[in-house]
Amino acid sequence: MTALDSKHRRYLSALFVVRNKRHDKLFSGLVVGAAVYTLLMVGLVAFSVAKGSVDIFSYEGVEFFYQSNWNAVEGRESFGAYPYIIGTLLSSAIAMAIGVPISLAIAIFISEIAPPRIGTPLSFITELLAAVPSIIYGLWALFVFRFWVRDLIEQPLYNAFGGYIPFFAKTPFGLDIFTAGIVLAIMIIPIISSICREVMRVVPDSQREAAYSLGATRWETVRMAVFPYVKSGLVGATMLGLGRAVGETILVTMVIGNVIGPSAIPTTLFSQGQTLSSLIANEFNEASSELHLSALIALGAILLALTMGINIAARFLVKKKIKASSGAKSQ
Amino acid sequence: MTVDSNSNSKPNKNYRDILQETVNKKYRRRLLVNRLVTIFTIVCVIAAIVPLVSILLEVVKNGASAISFEFLTQPQGSMGSGTGGIAPAIQGTIIVVGIASLIAAPIGVLAGIYLSEFAKQGIFADLVRFFNDVLTGLPSIVIGIVGYTAIVLSIGSFSVLAGALALSIIMIPIVVRVTEETLKVVPYSLREAGQSLGISKAKITLFIVLPSAKNGILTGIVIAISRIAGETAPLIMTILGTSLFFTGITGPVDALPLRIWRLSSQPYESAHAFGWGSALILILMILALSVGLRLWAQKRSFKAVM
Repeated sequence: MTALDSKHRRYLSALFVVRNKRHDKLFSGLVVGAAVYTLLMVGLVAFSVAKGSVDIFSYEGVEFFYQSNWNAVEGRESFGAYPYIIGTLLSSAIAMAIGVPISLAIAIFISEIAPPRIGTPLSFITELLAAVPSIIYGLWALFVFRFWVRDLIEQPLYNAFGGYIPFFAKTPFGLDIFTAGIVLAIMIIPIISSICREVMRVVPDSQREAAYSLGATRWETVRMAVFPYVKSGLVGATMLGLGRAVGETILVTMVIGNVIGPSAIPTTLFSQGQTLSSLIANEFNEASSELHLSALIALGAILLALTMGINIAARFLVKKKIKASSGAKSQ
Repeated sequence: MTVDSNSNSKPNKNYRDILQETVNKKYRRRLLVNRLVTIFTIVCVIAAIVPLVSILLEVVKNGASAISFEFLTQPQGSMGSGTGGIAPAIQGTIIVVGIASLIAAPIGVLAGIYLSEFAKQGIFADLVRFFNDVLTGLPSIVIGIVGYTAIVLSIGSFSVLAGALALSIIMIPIVVRVTEETLKVVPYSLREAGQSLGISKAKITLFIVLPSAKNGILTGIVIAISRIAGETAPLIMTILGTSLFFTGITGPVDALPLRIWRLSSQPYESAHAFGWGSALILILMILALSVGLRLWAQKRSFKAVM
């Protein structure tokens, strides 16, 4: 809190005037207006999605959730979201299974192990990764990474287990649910690891020192002194990542294989699939009828409900942690 | 070693040795686990850096060869011919992102000011905070649907306006959040100094608090702009993507992410090369934005009062 610099002083002297009630009123009106506008946008989102999906819900009823046909042919229309709900959940689950341990490890390395000399540039690099647009991840995944996945991971797995475990019994092609899961993992790692890092930073050093003084190794300190302190924050960070994975569109569309109908229900790890968001992206511009469009918007509604639930739970967990810690600090 | 040889040669060793042995054994295991975890974290860090390096290398390698003067200034030639360029996409991205930023930045900053300066507590403020968090977490494709039903359906055409609306909805909560967080760390004494001089709250906020937090807020806005510049999904159902230049804010337009997506799904090598070229341009645009901000902030540096 240094003294005001010259520029501030100039502003101050220019404004050395009597309190102006009218300006105040106008300005507070403006800021309240802006706040109301943000609420209106939320309302607009909910309203548009609800209005758009009314048609299909009155046509299909609850069957929309658990049947798997997807037929837009005039007169034989039948739409079901089941395969895409499964596809979304499965690809996100793969992403979480791969992404979460790696993100945690990175957060531990940066905040607990690496000296600042290495940790600071590393956290900068992860921030950089988070700033890469998903379309560029998608392009890279489509033309480069999927061949790595196919040749280095899928083919060996197939050769080893394909014969007797049905889960792996499909000739890998590189454009499938598994690839989508891995690429999603790569995309959410920077997000999860940077939040985990932030959360772990709020653990007071006294907590660590206590563990070290009892003779704990570094890992034991992390496991017994740091983790329990921020558990809910770490879970929250993970769920924020899950929210991103569930909602990610273009990246998944480029690598998941894009099949529709009953065959979109994955039977093996290397099956082609489809997620809620990728189907919307694929068919929105080619929707042949109002009903088809409404079905696509209804997929959006499911996606909306899913991500909203995940995010609200996540924010609640992260916020609780950070609030508790800032309260402790100020004392 | 000595412990091991002892245990073999002397069957009736005393309890002290046994204790020592168990402790050593346990301790060695703990150290081993510690070392394994450390190695695992390092491997993970490397595993996370490999994709970044590979992405940047591929984009630069494949993109650089596609870029030429024609590529930057011409609309696309006939499909698969590999002629022409992506000028309409560059123009479209600048226009759509520009309009979205013009809507979102002022509203976001004002709403952030509301949360930080005018309504610290209170149900309404909590409501605004909560729904902004909700908005941040929504998938961008759902927000695209909003642009479609709210604007495309009502004016009857895929349009710049719909794209800008959708992108602004993505951008607003980011700006709100950053503004609130940044204003919160402005020391309270600054506001008190203003109050003691009898300056109105509006002016204290606009001319004292806001300038002190300028760099932070601008950084947040730039981050938000780079985020929306890379969005593809909401543009599919709002601006559609054409191969022509901008015709008006109620007409369709192209954008770089959308162009990359369309190019990558074409079966031609030349289209893929164009896709890489567009990706390089997109990254360079985003990079230029943040480097530009940094330079600008340095030039007019105004060391933050914090």
